[in-house]
Amino acid sequence: MTVQPKTLFEKIWDAHVVREAPGEPALLYVDLHLVHEVTSPQAFEALRLAGRKVRRPDLTVATMDHNVPTWDRQLPVTDEISRQQMDTLAQNCREFGVTLYDLHSKKQGIVHVIGPELGLTQPGMTIVCGDSHTSTHGALGALAFGIGTSEVEHVLATQCLPQSRPKTMEVRVDGRLAPGVTAKDIILGVIGRIGTAGGTGYVVEYTGEAIRSLSMEGRMTVCNMSIEGGARAGMIAPDDKTFAYVEGRPHAPQGKAFERAVEHWRSLATDEGASYDRVERFDAAQMAPFVTWGTNPGMVVPVTGRVPDPSAYAEEADRRAAERALEYMGLTPGTAIQDINIDRVFLGSCTNARIEDLRAAAGVVRAAMTKGKKVHPKVYAMVVPGSMPVKFQAEAEGLHEVFRAAGFDWREAGCSMCLGMNPDVLQPGERCASTSNRNFEGRQGKGGRTHLVSPQMAVAAAITGHFVDIRDWDV
Amino acid sequence: MDAFVRHTGLVGPLDRVNVDTDQIIPKQFLKRIERTGFGQFLFFDWRFRDDGTPNPDFELNRPGYEGASILVAGRNFGCGSSREHAPWALQDFGFRAIIAPSFADIFYNNCFKNGMLPVVLPEATVEEILARAKERPGYRLTVDLQEQTVEDEEGLIAHFEVDPFRRECLLNGLDDIGLTLRHEPDITEYERRRAALLPVAAG
Ligand code: SF4
Repeated sequence: MTVQPKTLFEKIWDAHVVREAPGEPALLYVDLHLVHEVTSPQAFEALRLAGRKVRRPDLTVATMDHNVPTWDRQLPVTDEISRQQMDTLAQNCREFGVTLYDLHSKKQGIVHVIGPELGLTQPGMTIVCGDSHTSTHGALGALAFGIGTSEVEHVLATQCLPQSRPKTMEVRVDGRLAPGVTAKDIILGVIGRIGTAGGTGYVVEYTGEAIRSLSMEGRMTVCNMSIEGGARAGMIAPDDKTFAYVEGRPHAPQGKAFERAVEHWRSLATDEGASYDRVERFDAAQMAPFVTWGTNPGMVVPVTGRVPDPSAYAEEADRRAAERALEYMGLTPGTAIQDINIDRVFLGSCTNARIEDLRAAAGVVRAAMTKGKKVHPKVYAMVVPGSMPVKFQAEAEGLHEVFRAAGFDWREAGCSMCLGMNPDVLQPGERCASTSNRNFEGRQGKGGRTHLVSPQMAVAAAITGHFVDIRDWDV
Repeated sequence: MDAFVRHTGLVGPLDRVNVDTDQIIPKQFLKRIERTGFGQFLFFDWRFRDDGTPNPDFELNRPGYEGASILVAGRNFGCGSSREHAPWALQDFGFRAIIAPSFADIFYNNCFKNGMLPVVLPEATVEEILARAKERPGYRLTVDLQEQTVEDEEGLIAHFEVDPFRRECLLNGLDDIGLTLRHEPDITEYERRRAALLPVAAG
């Protein structure tokens, strides 16, 4: 008997189909539904109006992250409307029996950081959340994607989602990364080539030596930004690294159950001979530390490069988009990236605020400190851990002292200046080196100018006041 | 959900590619807990100058486009976040249909959930429509979901593809949660089967 070889995606998808009928989308079961304060109030309200209940409160977990202030948690939330949104979530969770990690919980954090951290995210699962960066969870070998508020309501009411089957794309990164080149640079490099709509309609599986060599945190960074390449989901086959990461976490299966789970998880990797609808290959040796120059994540060049000239674009629409971007960013074509001065640095977000990111950044800062360097006097730099557990871990390792001694502001966990819904925002015209995922106009504050980089690149820029090539940066 | 069958209306041209959800509805307006009232904040940073007055340079603020109900834009419209506030804002502002050469997945999906029709047309057709709308304020189109056509009064007619299931739901204004709940026995059966398959420990 021959069994049809399947991809990781196909295995998870097939295992979650509740019902299939010709001419209709498949009804897919959801194993874990993550909820946050911004995209859920209207869903709970609609549920209430329809007299419906949450079908599986035990598979639903909520946190507060987008709005939360990142200063002292003992202080009241000053933004009245933010506070109302958080109160509404708390009330909804009480009423519908959903577990909530609120502002004062020791487990609170950005929804995509706490899922894996608490062991809620496990290989083989289907995971959804009213947030596009849900793709992050795919790093553990789950099928995870962002949904809109109507779909949040749908999942609350039914624990299912009607979905049409996406196409599959393999993004294969062979070879090894040079020191100083990170997971963030892989994903920026990928988006730079395939474009911000390159992955539309696809679920991406990242494969190849460079991906396998990444830590779990690095894999999360890569999967996190799948959406910036247009893909709804990104995933990486679970392996020993994954199992070791999950083991012992609060919600992970324990003992015998864990062993059984691992046995199942091992079977999830893409079979030999399985095929994808599309394959894109990359060479890790060609990857460099990348810096975005424009107003979408596909507008990216190596740190050794220059701001491009819009007239070099073949297509009229791209040319105009590049012109607009340069005008917004206040940049002139031909400027060397390393000559761009910055005003602010944001080390944070669900892309790059896990413990490993903070360790790597602190390493760069420590090296600079030994040479008497600190944050450049013209730069305001902040570090916002992705979750409270990340913060506690970093503090246990003394990382906060390194950052503080160098002049960085050390904050409480939350989304913070990734989208500036809380008081952390750029002022008009301010230029920021940011470890987040979106450099859209106004994303970090109206008129703010965002350059996306890795954590190491961000802190090096904080110290020098402009971008430097971390590979040969001699402090 | 509101049904969408056929709509004739004024065209609003937005000749830009990659219009992202942060532009459609900037984050400072995401704090409302209602579904309504987002229209006033649509394209806020483009529509208004710093002093709060309308920005005369913004395409849709130009004379003749007031009351537009069909938005026409460049490729990859709606990229970025999953915020359904984006379609809510467009709809609340008065748009019933959006035409572009391509859309971001989540945004495209969200439109259908709100009775608003996203129409994918070939790049050249969209360019032609943009050109006509820019040249002649007052330019109108008819979008017909039943026939799957977009038509103007000057002889332009274009056919578009749409998923048959989504089309059906939108034509009839079907509540898709209601549809799923019809399969309740399947869901319960799946949950029974699945219990043994997948170790899950949420909550
Ligand atoms: S950190 Fe940024 S991208 Fe991540 S969930 Fe928060 S707002 Fe979204």
